[in-house]
Amino acid sequence: MKVGSVYTEGSTAPEVEQRTAPVQKGDIDFARVAQSNRFRTLTEKKKKFILPLTVFFLVFYFSLPILTSYTNVLERPAIGDISWAWIYAVAQFIMTWVLCIVYVRRFQKFDKDAEEIIETEIKGG
Amino acid sequence: MSTTVIVLFLSIVLLTLYITWWAAKRTTNAGEFYTAGGGLTGWQNGLAIAGDYLSAASFLGIAGMIALFGFDGFFYSIGFLIAYLVVMFLVAEPLRNLGKYTLADMINSRFDAKKVRAAAAFSTITIVIFYMIAQLVGAGALIQLLFGIPYWIAVLIVGVMMTIYVLFGGMTATSWVQIVKAVLLMLGTVVIAALVFARFDFSIMTMFSEVKTATSHGEAFLQPGLKYTVPLDTISLMLALVLGTAGLPHILMRFFTVKDAKTARSSVVTATWIVGIFYILTIFLGFGAAAFVGHDAIVAANSAGNMAAPLLAEALGGDLLMSFVSAVAFATILAVVAGLVLTGASAFAHDIYGQIIKKGQATQKQEMKAARQASLWVSVFSILLALGAQSLNVAFLVSLAFCVAASANLPVILYTIYWKRFNTTGAITAMLFGLISALVLVAVSPNVLSPEAGAAMFVGEPLFPLTNPAIVSVPLGFLGGWIGTVLSKEADARRFAEVSVRANTGYRE
Repeated sequence: MKVGSVYTEGSTAPEVEQRTAPVQKGDIDFARVAQSNRFRTLTEKKKKFILPLTVFFLVFYFSLPILTSYTNVLERPAIGDISWAWIYAVAQFIMTWVLCIVYVRRFQKFDKDAEEIIETEIKGG
Repeated sequence: MSTTVIVLFLSIVLLTLYITWWAAKRTTNAGEFYTAGGGLTGWQNGLAIAGDYLSAASFLGIAGMIALFGFDGFFYSIGFLIAYLVVMFLVAEPLRNLGKYTLADMINSRFDAKKVRAAAAFSTITIVIFYMIAQLVGAGALIQLLFGIPYWIAVLIVGVMMTIYVLFGGMTATSWVQIVKAVLLMLGTVVIAALVFARFDFSIMTMFSEVKTATSHGEAFLQPGLKYTVPLDTISLMLALVLGTAGLPHILMRFFTVKDAKTARSSVVTATWIVGIFYILTIFLGFGAAAFVGHDAIVAANSAGNMAAPLLAEALGGDLLMSFVSAVAFATILAVVAGLVLTGASAFAHDIYGQIIKKGQATQKQEMKAARQASLWVSVFSILLALGAQSLNVAFLVSLAFCVAASANLPVILYTIYWKRFNTTGAITAMLFGLISALVLVAVSPNVLSPEAGAAMFVGEPLFPLTNPAIVSVPLGFLGGWIGTVLSKEADARRFAEVSVRANTGYRE
């Protein structure tokens, strides 16, 4: 499964029924827009941003129940009577907020790319 | 029942009725009814999303769980919060860009198939019903405790109120009741947490060292493992919590109440901050209750620990604070069940009546009428079920709703947005595999079958060892979608190109 990838004419999928594709709404050729350089760059950039971070936060998240269920490493005291389990738990909150801010900043840039695609590829084409 | 409690209780009722009256004047077409006309700002919608999330189960349930089980209670808070990253990174913006009123709309942006729409509507209704019974049964028990009125009257009061909001005020009233309640709930939580913190001399270190000796569990209270002792069950629960939110129809519906993906994004940010701060404060609530109310008093009031927060309020701020917290808990229940009624009604009226029976040709007037009738029937049906389900364990119904959402809805949502090859058959098999495996595995789990009489619904040996089946049913949902897609030959690359362009750019005619 390819994230955000698009089908290109004459690719190697023989059973794909190009002939029976439904009538497009209006005159917009979405297949052409999807193949345009601008659009492909945008989906590629999004994928490079989203995929590694999603893997990261899921691994970070599931490490907590795995570590607490199968080991005792997080039960050692970190500061006073506060164990590493609590530090790890609160670190998940901080990670959520940080990723939230990072996401918004990055996607604000993508908004401009998307506007450009609408202007030049969809309306202009 | 004291006078303060009655005054605060009635103020909440009157305030929400005023909101409904105000909203009713603007609710003149189907778009207004289902999505408040898409006119909420990021801030407002963020508060409403947070409000939908901070149900009585969160507010009362998690505070109680931490008070009774220490660290293990906090697992829920973490799972519920990280779930927002899944929503934000993978689902929120494409969903807003592709959908109109319901989850089925979004999936059908790729498939013009009645079968797919029917399957999506069916899983939406299943989740809504489970969640609703859980909330109504919990609400009935809680109001019975708080105000000393019989269970059936309590359920009827909540049922009638939720019906009024939705029937007359649609999504506008539902959202604003949710927003007002979110603000009140945060206010109450911050006040209690501050009072708890003051008792510990505003020192986190003092708080931990005092709580260490405050309960009969001693040091174990601050360590994981007090409640969750089966590793796979813990991980399975965490999986349902983190993936379920992105498939819960009443949360997803909130993304249609804003005008574009940018606003959807900012509403998730607002919601994440509010929910995150709230869940951090649940530590103070839980520890405070453990230290100043005590295990025995909490369990004496309600064995699941649901009364921990109100009892803590009483211990810290006397009758006034206790009344305020009770009134807020009541508002919480009303707001969440109203959102559920609306979501169930939109699946019936928009998906089944408007799109499948009337083939999208229903007039505004017909669809509005259908939506109102559906709201009424969803309400009546769930009130009747809740009246008969008084003795059911509600925690298991909530975790079941999350599990069905993660298994039946999330795979099909992700495939629709990201997988080029995905097709109609795959969409149906994904939903059916996820839905059926979650339901069947729960039906043979220790929640339903227990060798000990009275511990579960029926006496018998459980056929499936885990209380939460997500770790099996979620992969089955994904697998079902993959098998269905690969086995059927149909594919429509042009349509995926359109979905991909629309999802990524937000383009609409």
